[in-house]
Amino acid sequence: MSEEIKKMATRDSYGDALVELGKERDDFIVLDADLADATKTGKFKKAFPDRFYDCGIAEQNLINVACGVASTGKRVFASSFAMFAAGRAYENIRNGAGYPHLNVIVAATHAGITVGEDGATHQCNEDIALMRTIPGMTVICPADDTESKQAVRAAMEIDGPVYLRFSRAASPVIFDESDEFTVGKAKTVREGKDITIISIGILTAEAIAAADSLKSEGISARVLNIHTIKPIDKEAIIKAAKETGKIITVEEHSIIGGLGSAVCDVVCEEYPVPVYKMGVPDCFGYSASADYLLDAFKLRAKDIAEKAKEVLG
Amino acid sequence: MDNNTKAALMRTACKVRMNIIESVHAAKSGHTGGSLSSADIMTYLYFKEMNIDPDNPEMENRDRFVLSKGHAAPVLYATLAERGFFDKEELLKLRKPDSFLQGHPDKKHTPGVDISSGSLGQGVSAACGMALSSKHFGLGFNVYALLGDGELEEGEVWEAAMFAGNKNLSNLTLFVDYNGLQIDGSIKEVNSAEPIDQKFKAFNFHVISIDGHDMEQIEKALIEAHSVDKPVAIIAHTTKGKGVSFAENQVSWHGKAPNDTEYEQAMRELKDAYDKI
Repeated sequence: MSEEIKKMATRDSYGDALVELGKERDDFIVLDADLADATKTGKFKKAFPDRFYDCGIAEQNLINVACGVASTGKRVFASSFAMFAAGRAYENIRNGAGYPHLNVIVAATHAGITVGEDGATHQCNEDIALMRTIPGMTVICPADDTESKQAVRAAMEIDGPVYLRFSRAASPVIFDESDEFTVGKAKTVREGKDITIISIGILTAEAIAAADSLKSEGISARVLNIHTIKPIDKEAIIKAAKETGKIITVEEHSIIGGLGSAVCDVVCEEYPVPVYKMGVPDCFGYSASADYLLDAFKLRAKDIAEKAKEVLG
Repeated sequence: MDNNTKAALMRTACKVRMNIIESVHAAKSGHTGGSLSSADIMTYLYFKEMNIDPDNPEMENRDRFVLSKGHAAPVLYATLAERGFFDKEELLKLRKPDSFLQGHPDKKHTPGVDISSGSLGQGVSAACGMALSSKHFGLGFNVYALLGDGELEEGEVWEAAMFAGNKNLSNLTLFVDYNGLQIDGSIKEVNSAEPIDQKFKAFNFHVISIDGHDMEQIEKALIEAHSVDKPVAIIAHTTKGKGVSFAENQVSWHGKAPNDTEYEQAMRELKDAYDKI
């Protein structure tokens, strides 16, 4: 675990990972929908201009073009903002990539509330919910720079469609390359026995900080980082339920259909324990900085720690 | 095209139409009209035009076909079976739970189906992706897609057309099965995309208009298509329900299967047409 407090947006890590991959192999292409500068596929475009294709502002076509490429046995990344990839082109992903189980990698950036100032139309708090209902889809939301690069590399080897969820806002780098990344395996980032905080994406940094502050108050909180929300690591979740008896989920996503729901799906059937869902409630966001919104939606370490104390009585 | 070739293709198209009627009748549901209207184009593509191998349906550099109007699955299955991709007996299992012949094409399970389709507008984009891949990776194959005229009301068709024109996908040929009818009525009544030819031209396509039931015109159009350095749209004027008198030009036959009496009559008419060639 790295101790330095380096910050980096996972979308930047995505762009860097594409460039690294591009240097190693030329059996894939990258598509974007006029957002290369923001999704950071622009880094790949700059390094390999003849392996990048801009589909323009036409996300349905973007996704199905990617499906056509994949059907010929080649790998392809298709990028846009989460709202327009998972949202606008949902049915294209479902029928075009999901049903025929094609190796399409939908790499969506600007997911969640931390899109910030662009406001509600661009803050996609529903993409995990949408993507995880598609049969055979692998859904990964990396926690930091390191995981993002590992996820991009792993996605190239996955059989079937993959949804990668990246954020706009810079976030702490919490892992280093020696931390193992296995698709479908959760990472126990902090051991604990009183309660488990299950987190996803850039909020894992907040979950870790919460656990560390709880520790100083004598509360032993486990932190389980779920980078792969589908297929989810049932074993790790059931173990946490059995060993700690209470679970808090933390996500930069609607509490309807996201990590909290996925965790409930597991514990309800296998080992029912109380699950407290922290995330975006049933409402739209609004224009403000990412930091402001994380404060406002109570998704900070102090909020998580308070919640833990509250539910532990 | 010599007379023997033409006659052979026309006879095959008759058999494809009979296969359609057999399968849809057995299924008791399915899209009869738009399958019959595109039988001649499908026959030409699979028996004369495309580089394919029924014994090796996954051949890497085979030409690709996309049934963008996926509801016309019966004509695709009828053609694939006639060409030997799978046993004709399978046609009688159309839309049944133990069959790979799904209501709309399923790439994963059906030999010869290059892409799943059925949600209109998506197939043409996938065809663009295949054509792009062929060019980018130097795979050397051509891509053919069949669109419905009603399908042209989907916005994605024009996103794809813009893309194909912009990237100059000269290895892409689209056929529009221009039979003039869709579920709710004639395309003119519903929400016509006409003028179709001018729209494709505006998106930098080379456009050719033909009688979609004339084998010689289909062949001539494809030769022309290969001679131009642009994506091509072939506007094929067709008759919905072609070859079955009571189904011809009838909106009601868009998504209906023949009952036993209608089945007998349809098969008799197609057999007569076959014998007259």
